[in-house]
Order: sequence, then C-alpha cells, then structure tokens
Amino acid sequence: MLLAKYTLLYSVVLMLVALGGAFTEHSGVINIALEGTMTIGGLVGVLALVVLPPETSAFMIILVSVLAAGLAGIVYTSLLAFASVNLKADQTIGGTALNLLATALAVVIVRRFNSGTQSAKLTYNNEPFLFNIGGLTVNIFLFIGIALLIIAIIVMYKTRFGLRLRACGEHPQAADSVGINVYKMRWWGVLISGFLGGIGGFAYIVPAVQTWNFEVGVAGMGFLALAVMIFGQWKPGRIFFAAMFFAVFKSMANIADSTFLAALEWPKEVYNMMPFIASMIILAFTSKKSRAPKAEGIPYDKSGR
Amino acid sequence: MKKKNGSSLLGGDWLASIGASFISIIIGLLFGFLFLIVLSLINSDGEGFRSIFSTAWKYGFKQILMGGFYLPPISLGQEIAAAAPLILTGLSVGFAFKTGLFNIGAAGQYTLGAFGALFCAIVLGLPWWACLIGATLFGALWGAIPGIFKAYLNIHEVITSIMFNWIGLYAVNTIMYGGGSGVMYDSSKTKVWDLRSLFPASVIPNLGLATFFKNRSTTIAIFLAIIIAIIIYIIIDKTTFGYELKACGYNKSAARYAGISEKKNIVLSMIIAGALAGFGAGLYYLSGIAEWKPLDSTALPAIGFNGIAVALLASSNPIGTIFSALFISHITTGGSLMNSQYFPPEIADIISGIIIYLCAFSLLFKQLLMKRGSQRHSAELLDSTLKEPPHIDSLVPESDIPESGEASGKGDDY
Repeated sequence: MLLAKYTLLYSVVLMLVALGGAFTEHSGVINIALEGTMTIGGLVGVLALVVLPPETSAFMIILVSVLAAGLAGIVYTSLLAFASVNLKADQTIGGTALNLLATALAVVIVRRFNSGTQSAKLTYNNEPFLFNIGGLTVNIFLFIGIALLIIAIIVMYKTRFGLRLRACGEHPQAADSVGINVYKMRWWGVLISGFLGGIGGFAYIVPAVQTWNFEVGVAGMGFLALAVMIFGQWKPGRIFFAAMFFAVFKSMANIADSTFLAALEWPKEVYNMMPFIASMIILAFTSKKSRAPKAEGIPYDKSGR
Repeated sequence: MKKKNGSSLLGGDWLASIGASFISIIIGLLFGFLFLIVLSLINSDGEGFRSIFSTAWKYGFKQILMGGFYLPPISLGQEIAAAAPLILTGLSVGFAFKTGLFNIGAAGQYTLGAFGALFCAIVLGLPWWACLIGATLFGALWGAIPGIFKAYLNIHEVITSIMFNWIGLYAVNTIMYGGGSGVMYDSSKTKVWDLRSLFPASVIPNLGLATFFKNRSTTIAIFLAIIIAIIIYIIIDKTTFGYELKACGYNKSAARYAGISEKKNIVLSMIIAGALAGFGAGLYYLSGIAEWKPLDSTALPAIGFNGIAVALLASSNPIGTIFSALFISHITTGGSLMNSQYFPPEIADIISGIIIYLCAFSLLFKQLLMKRGSQRHSAELLDSTLKEPPHIDSLVPESDIPESGEASGKGDDY
C-alpha cells in the first residue's frame, strides 16, 4: 500500500516535469534547468501555502498555490528562454547556472522568511491536498497530472501549435521558411516547461511531508525527470510509462528500510541508483535510433539560414 | 585550424576574454549588492534609504568584496585552502572545454575522487601523496565512462555525466556509510573518520603555512594546484598531444582526416578531466577542510559545479583558472564572513550562479568588445580571433562556422 502511494506520488511528479522537458526539447532548446525550475516552483507554492490564511477554503488553497508554483516556474524559465533564444547563449551552461541559482535563491529567501531562526526549512499544512480513497491516500496532483497529460498529448499531436513546435526542434530553417516564428515557438516551449516544472516541484514537496529543507533543492528529482524524458524518447505517452517505471524504484528507496524489502538488506541508495543505471542502459542500446529532436541545442540564427 | 602563436601567453583574443569576464563579474556583483539592499529593505523598520544602504554595505557587501582579507590571517588561509580544489575542478571543466567536451560531471568525478582519497587514507593507511594518486585514479575512472559512451556510442557527454554524477554520489554514500558500520564511518560523529587525529600521515603537509595563517587546513595544496595548472597549460599549448586533443574539439572530421584518432582522444580528454577533478577532491579532503558526511550528502558537491564558473571566467585558460578560482573562493569566503544575523551566506552562491549565467553569453560581450577594439586600432586582434574561435563555440563539436555560433550538431544524438 505504501509502495502504491509513493509510486503514484512520484510518477505524477516525474511525468509532469518530464513532459515540460519534452515540450522544451521539441522546440529545439536543451533543458537541463528542470531541477532549478522545480525548486523555484516548489518554493513559491509552499510560500503561498504558508502565507494563505488557514480559514481559506481547501479549493482556494489548492488553486492559488498550484497556480503560484506554475507561474513562478514560468518566470524563472523565462531567464533560460531569454538567454538561449534571444541571446543565442550556450543552453547547457545557461541551464546549469539556473540550477545552481535556484537552490541558492531558495535558501536565501527561506532563511529570510524565517528571520528568527535562520532555518532553511518551511513547515506547512498539506491536508487540503490529500484524499482517502478506499484506504489509499492519494493527492490532488494525481488528477491534475492526468488532466495535464491528456492536454499535453492533444496539444503536441493534434494541434497546429504542436506541429509547429516540433518543426522548430527538427528543422528550424524549414519552419522559418514557411512563416513560423521560430523564436516565438521556442519561447513557448521553454515557458510550458516552466509551468509544468513549477507544478511538478510543488507536487513533489507538498503531498509527502509537512516540512521541507530547501538546502537540498529537490534532491535530484529534476535530473531524474530528465532521465524519464530520455527514457520516454520525448513522447508524452511513453513518458507516462517511463515515469511509472522510475517511480517504482524511487518508492522502493523510500520504503527499503521498513517493509518487505528490508529482508533483502539492500541499502536504499541502490534503489536510488537504479533509474539512472536503467536509463544509461536504454541509451546505450537505442543511441543509433534515437528520437531526440534533431536541431536541439543549436541556437537558431535567422541570418544563418 | 591554426596553431596558437607561441608568443602570447593567453592566446590572441585574451584582452576581449578578460574584458568579457570582468563584465560578468561586475554585473554579478551588482546583482549581489542589489540582493543585499532588498534583504535589508525587508528587514528594516521604516528606516531611511541611507541606513538601509549602509546596512547592506557594512554587514554584507564589504565582506564579499574583501573576502579573505576581512579577517586575516585566518580567513585568508581559509580562502587559499578553498581555492586549491577549485583550481582543479576549474581545470577539469576547462580542459574538457578546450577539447570540445562539456564536463558537467566534474561534481561526480570529484565525489569519486573524495572516495579514492579517503579509502587510501583510512582503509589502506597510505601516505598523503599516495592518497592523492588514489583520488586521481578514481576521478579518472569516473571521467572515462562518459568519454567511452561519447566515443563509441555517440551519446552526449552531458547526459552521461549527469546520470553518472548521481550514480557515483549514491554509490559513494552507500560504501562509506556501510549500513552504519562501514570501516570508513565514524558513527559517533556521523561523518567519515577525521584524518588529522587518526591518520596524520595522510594529511597534506603544510610546511608552516598553517601556523602562518593560524588555520590548520591551509596546506601546500595551493602550490600543488598551481603546479598542475602550469603542467596542463604546457600540455595543451606546447605539445603535439595537446594539439591533437584540441583539434578534435574544433573539428572532429578534420581531425580524423588529419590522421588523429578522435575516439581515442575523446576518451583520453575525459580521463584527464576526471583525473583533475579527482585530484581536486584529494586536495580538499586530505587537507582536512571537512569530513565527508554520507547521510547528509544528498546533493552533489558544489565545488564540482563551481568549477564550471571558474573555467568559464578563465575562458578555459589554465593559468587564468588560478586567478578565477581565487576570485570564486574570495567571494565564497566573503559570503561566509557576512553577518549571518542580517544576510545568509548563500548570497555568494547567488553571485556565482549569476556569473555562470552571464558567462553563457560571454561570447556576446566578447563580440561587443571586439567590435569597439577593432574600430580603434586592433584589426590584428580581431583577425587572430577569427582564426582562433572562442572556446564557447567548441562546445558544439563539428562546428562549421564558429564565429556565428551556428553549428550542426548532427553528430550528437542522445
């Protein structure tokens, strides 16, 4: 039961963030800033949760904090979009900078917020987010996640926007020649990942615990989502299954000490390692027919057409 | 491809590179100051702007600017001690940049290096120089993996490095902790055993530096780091081997056409980069600056990522790396000296984060500076720069037109 609870929790988080990453990469921008986006989204969402008066209705609490997390993610990733689309900067370096900056920013802000104790921890109430269905505790993000997954599949494959977005990641010169604004599409791609990544960070922090230490950021969850995205070969449907698969390992790490797994006496780190090893193996076998967007990582320069 | 003019120590476009780094540093520091002002504004109880400004200056920014000079000699010793491993991780990232690879795995190689050093010291009881070699070997091993994946399976080194960073971190934590009863684990302090009290032979000697700086972790590590930087400079700029490695970075196909084995060179580059990061970890842990905490180390060591900032600020130049590492260590030490009642020390991390962000488009600053320079007098400078593409471009292998930042990355699949 505990395994099911954590698997559901983590798979939604990984799926949301990996979907965001897929949108960015389909537009042609490498996004390794997912970890930082999650941290900032989680931070602002939690801050909203702490600041909202306790008598606010559960619905309002959820609405405001989730939107705050998503918006914070959008604002933060606009830094990545500005650097990599407008200034044609190196996308990997920009993403790395944003990851480092996010944790530092989060710690500074939280320490300031707790001005008395200087602690980097925030304590909040997560009850509005949890439901009990037949003995299994599920959180609201399960429903938000499924809704967003369906929307993502429709947007990516059934709309003109999705087609244009993917064109910009495969062959931006061709896309430009038929009148698609490559810069605009890439901005969209990055900002969508900001929204999903921000919500994902919030969904990771809030349902599981009631206190979060921001010194660890989101403890590598963003990088795990990056692995999920690659494992899912940049396709929303496959990302869903990849997220489930990785979430099982991540959950086993959580319960390794307490449940039936304790009999194996494997340290929890082994389970933490497995998803990364699994994605390396998959990468090694599929590198020849990789489905990565072709123009990914290359700044688009109109004058170079 | 034109070999560097041997006459110039820093390469043709050194003036513009230094200028671009200074712009990044100044903007980064300005943002840091702005942050301090905002924080003291939040803290204030309706005081005037003058007093807010002076709080930000007196309790925060002054310390950041003065760094180790704020509380000499102790903090100066601290700054120097922290700079040594940074020089090495900076060299690691910079060396990979020079050969067209982005070594984001320095943090993981550093982690493995820490393991190597501590294993040699605690389990094998070796002297400090042998422990350093152990650290180097473990770092090299972790660097070799992304190199092999890149060379033989065509998987981008950034992805492999990120995955192996985490694999390495979890593996090292597991082995060191050993379920609480590991040989290397001191359960009473929840850390790895303290080298200085138990294995004094494994601690890098300080030759009186510790007494001079009144700081026992200031060892000869800084001199070792500088020597390594000079060796790397000679390898990259003065040997055929270094030239071959660089050639692969600039243009893989051309290098292959010239008879250079690009696969072997990619792996070798990553091995050297990994070895440098591992050596850096050795310098840190064998100086006894801190002990590894297997239970608390849930994030990768920051020194590995700060190496990226160091390398970018130095435009990957090994000699420049010494100075940029000292600078990053300077502001980090300054950050820790700020009055924590007013300002959290992580402000220094924000500044270095902003500097890395700005370095991502330092090429833009460089071009701006170059334009102004060429208008005045140095057409020659521009000319030499066009022949010698700035290092940023070499991040994307097989770049055809390095000047415009446009490249075809078709060789790089995930």
